[in-house]
Order: sequence, then structure tokens, then C-alpha cells
Amino acid sequence: METAAVLERETYLNASYGLKSWLLTKDHKRIAVLYFITVSIFFAIGGAFAGLIRLELLTPQADLVSAETYNKLFTMHGVIMVFFFLIPSIPATLGNFFLPMMIGARDLAFPRINLLSWYLLIGGGAFAIFAMVSGGVDTGWTFYTPFSTSYSNSYVIATALGIFIAGFSSILTGLNFVVTVHRMRAPGMTWFRMPLFVWAHYATSLIQILGTPVIAVTLLLVLCERSFHIGIFDPALGGDPILFEHLFWFYSHPAVYIMVLPGMGVINEIVSTYSRKPIYGYVFVAFSSMAIAVVGFLVWGHHLFVSGQSLYAGLVFSFLSYFVAIPSAVKVFNWTATLYKGSISFDTPMLYAFGFIGLFTIGGLTGLFVASLGMDVHVHDTYFVIAHFHYVMVGGTIMAYLGGVHYWWPKMTGRMYPEDFAKLSALLVFVGFNLTFFPQFILGYLGMPRRYHVYPPEFQVLHVLSTAGATVLALGYILPAIYFLWSLRYGKVAGSNPWRATGLEWDTPSPPPTHNFDRIPVVTHGAYDYSHIPGEEIEVG
Amino acid sequence: MDQHLEQSAHAGHAAHGEHPIDSVRTYALVLVVLLCLTIATALVATIDLGFFNIVVALGIAVTKMMFVIWFFMHVRYSTTLTRLVMVSGVLWLIILLTLAFADFATRGWLNVLG
Repeated sequence: METAAVLERETYLNASYGLKSWLLTKDHKRIAVLYFITVSIFFAIGGAFAGLIRLELLTPQADLVSAETYNKLFTMHGVIMVFFFLIPSIPATLGNFFLPMMIGARDLAFPRINLLSWYLLIGGGAFAIFAMVSGGVDTGWTFYTPFSTSYSNSYVIATALGIFIAGFSSILTGLNFVVTVHRMRAPGMTWFRMPLFVWAHYATSLIQILGTPVIAVTLLLVLCERSFHIGIFDPALGGDPILFEHLFWFYSHPAVYIMVLPGMGVINEIVSTYSRKPIYGYVFVAFSSMAIAVVGFLVWGHHLFVSGQSLYAGLVFSFLSYFVAIPSAVKVFNWTATLYKGSISFDTPMLYAFGFIGLFTIGGLTGLFVASLGMDVHVHDTYFVIAHFHYVMVGGTIMAYLGGVHYWWPKMTGRMYPEDFAKLSALLVFVGFNLTFFPQFILGYLGMPRRYHVYPPEFQVLHVLSTAGATVLALGYILPAIYFLWSLRYGKVAGSNPWRATGLEWDTPSPPPTHNFDRIPVVTHGAYDYSHIPGEEIEVG
Repeated sequence: MDQHLEQSAHAGHAAHGEHPIDSVRTYALVLVVLLCLTIATALVATIDLGFFNIVVALGIAVTKMMFVIWFFMHVRYSTTLTRLVMVSGVLWLIILLTLAFADFATRGWLNVLG
């Protein structure tokens, strides 16, 4: 009976049928679904590369692949995961779907540009995949010069063009979000009534708009030097290779915040919902997102401590890098304070949120290690750095992404997922992640350099642990793919607000109608106000 | 038009707003100024000003950029928010140049690699 009722009502899923209705859609929710499918495919490809890397590293010798192939594997893993999964993951899927709904809008400000953004990601991805199947690229995802401009015989230009094109997707999405937040808020939705998810995406959008053009220009300069021998980075042609690192990291360090800030936005929603409390220090948390966006642009030089950068510049960048830890810490402390005396329930999204808080904290604190001038000399370009940024990007962003997908799955599809399997997947991801990456901190500290496929035999135990962890982690990722697909057909029908959460997205049916709301809502209270949400009945005494 | 597009379109129109359009004479004048500055760039390039070679070239380029932004991109008629967006772009460029040049300018201070 319930299933029939869901099918009868018009939703964004059944409003029209056929491939064309999806490929030419201007509905932000359908575009979000297109992004969801796209980034899931890229995640699977990037994950497969990671699997091959971990298999090769099971033994100290080169068993599975040659040195050249290994270089291509870690490069394509990095390129796909950073530019085609992590950067678009949360903003383009969850942000696209829920940002307009959370502020009471019927769509993003520029629906056609939103669709164009998706096509640009597909176009950029096509170039990257062409490079992969044609022979790959071996520069590392960082494209350091002069190797990328003068010596690499792999598909540098095709890959760089792919990233260049995908960059425009990112810029346009950011632009769309900024204009939408400024101009499309529902009556009564003031800036300080907006959910913190929206604040996080607003801050992320500013980074996308201000930073992405720089990586686009930088990659174009690489192409100019590689193709036309115009001296920009090559000392033999009068250039400076460290200039490339400055330009590259001016974008690519803030890009870490493009990846993790939306994740922090997701965690705000989850922590509040499952502790049934408003986020402690809302205004501080909102401004901490903005502070991260701004200060994040001032720290890039900590990637250049041992590259020949001036020591004096290094001192400045080291100080500023410590500074960016403050707004990040504000968030972690405020989530913890929100939990204090909260009515906490340990549903799947909350398990992912707990995972995020713990793992991001480890990732952030080890970031202070590598931001220190002296310590960085010891651990630079070792597995310590690999572990550090995977704790931020995988332990942070992907945990938040999975938490967010579980949290909003009932809203997006109108179906519930099986809770027990979901909890198991959260556990597998947490255990598998730590088993994969914690040994890498030790490996790096002991001196195991990154980007090598052979290593001294004394490192093997830690590498075997890491590969075993990657296997568990892979299971943790495959399991949700199975039960989410299963739930589309067999999952319990979801109500409009299964978590008794606040937020305008829960005031509309699941899945939402094409225009999100029958009437544009009028907002009369701040975010996370549980006074008008019916609570769970409990026995006292 | 779709109902949800109406709201978007409304926002788009509101964003553009109504503003006066410059006369052809103004545009022509700006074009002449830009062409003169381009010729100035070419002429200055033939004179060796030492350290000021780059300063003068960049100065002329920035002046031309301001003319384009102010007149051709209609920023003179834009809202404060739009101007803020433009200023942010310039400010971020200054951040990039300042901190990058902090490296280039001080790299030789110590006779060791950084």
C-alpha cells in the first residue's frame, strides 16, 4: 500500500522518463544524481588503482608491475581521486541536491549552467580516461616541473587538459552556489538562520571561484612549455621550477579545503540531528568556515620547505600553517560541545560522523607536524605525508560523504537502507581505514619514501598490514554500493522526516517533488531548532 | 516555463538590474586609450629601464585592465557586491604575488639552499 502511494505522487524521479529527460534535465536534484553516478564510477576507478598499488607493495620486490607502470598507477590514482572524485564529491552531489532545498529555493540560480558543469566534468573525465587507456601519465598528480614539461614521455597534455576542463565545472558550481545563497533564500531565511551545511558550501564556493583559475593557468603554462618550449619553469629555458610549485600549491592546498569543508558541513547536520541539539557556537562555526577559506590561501608554501624555497618564506608559511589549525579546531571543539548532554543515538550517519571527527583530528594534528620546518625535513615525501593527507581526505571527506549519503538517502530515494548492514559498513570502513593508513605513519617516520615500488625488507610487515587494511576498507565501500542498490527496490518506504531532523529539506516529501516545495516556505526560526519537532517518547523513572 | 525555472530566471534578471548604457563615443574613447597604451607598451619595451622594465610594463597592463573592467564590463554601474567580487579577485592575485615574491626576494639572503 505504502509503495503504491509513493509511486502515485509526482516526484523528481517519476516526473518524466527516458534517457533524454535525464541528460537534458535542469532539475538540480536530477543533476545531483547524475553527479552521484559519475563520481561513484570515478571512485571505483581510482580505488582500483589504489588496490593495484597496495598489491604491489605486499612484497619488497617488484612482483606485479614495472617501475614505470607503478609511477602511472599512483599518478592516475591521485588524479582521478583528487580532481574527479574528492573535489566534486560532496558539493556536486549532496550540495547540488540539498543546498537549494535547505534555503527554501526551487532550484539553483542558474539551472542550465548547473547542467553544463556536469558535462564539463564528463568532458574533463573523458580526456583523463583517454590518457589512461592510451598509456597513462607518470608525473604524479602534482605534475612537478621540469619532469612534466621536459622529460615525461607519458600523456601529460591529455591529462592536464582533462583537469583544466573539469576545473571549469568546479568554478561554475561554486558560482552557482554563491549566487543562489545570495539571491534565492526563502523569506525569513536570514544568513544566520542558514544551516551550517550551506555556510560550509558558501565558503567552499569562494575557494573554487578564487583558486581554480590559478591551477587552470598553471596547467596551460605547463602545456606551453611542453609543447612550444616557452621558458617558464625550465631553468634551461630561463624559467624557475619552484614557480610551478608556488602556482600549483596556491590552488592545490586550498583544494584540500574544497574537499573537507563540505564534509564539515555534513557533519554539522548529522551531529545536530543525532544529538538533538543545536550546534554549539553556531556563529563561530559559520565564521570558522569562512576563516578556513581565507587563511587556507596563505599556507601553500609549507609544501615547498625542502624544494629550494627561501628559509625566510618558509618561516612565514610555517607560522601561517599553524594559524589555519585554529578555525579547524573551533569546529572539532564545537561538535564535541554539541554532543555534551545531547540525546545521542548511534545510527549509521552518526557512526560516520564520529569516525570523521576522530580521523580528521588525527589528520589535522599530523598536519602540524609537517607544517613544522624541522620535522618536515625528516618526513617530507615519506609515507608519513601519505598517511597524513589520507587521514584528512579519506578519513575526513569520504567518511563525511558516506555519512551524508546515508543521512539523506531516504530523502533522495524515498527508501530506507538496511540499518544493520549500514552499521557494519561504517565499522568496516573505520577499522579498514585505520589498518591501512596508521602503519603508514610509522613507515614514513622510519624513512620509507613515497612513490617507490621496491623497499627494504624490514618495512614489509607494516606494508602487509596496510594492504590487509585496504582489503577491509574495500569491503566497507562495496557493501553500501550493494545495499543502496537493493534498497531502491526493496527498501522500506521512507517518510518525509525519518530522523526527526530540522531543516527545510525534511519539510517536503521523500523523494521531493520537482519544484521541491508546494509553496515557498516562510522561515520563522533559526537552524537546528528542535522545539517544533516532535520528540521520541521515553519512559522516565 | 517550468515553475522552478521562473524563480531562477527572476533571480537572474534581478541580478543584472537596469543600468544606463554608455554612449558609442565613450566606448570609442576607451578603445583609443587602450590602443595608445598598447603602443606605449611596445615603445617602452625598446628602452632599457633596468629594474623598472617590469614595473612600467605591468603598470600599463593594470591600467588597461582597469579600463576594460570599469567601462566594458560595466563595473561602474554594478552593485557593491559585484565590485567586492572584482576586488576579491585582485586581492587574491596580490596574495599570490606577495607570498611567492617573498620567496624569490629572500632566496639569496642565506648562502644555503632553503
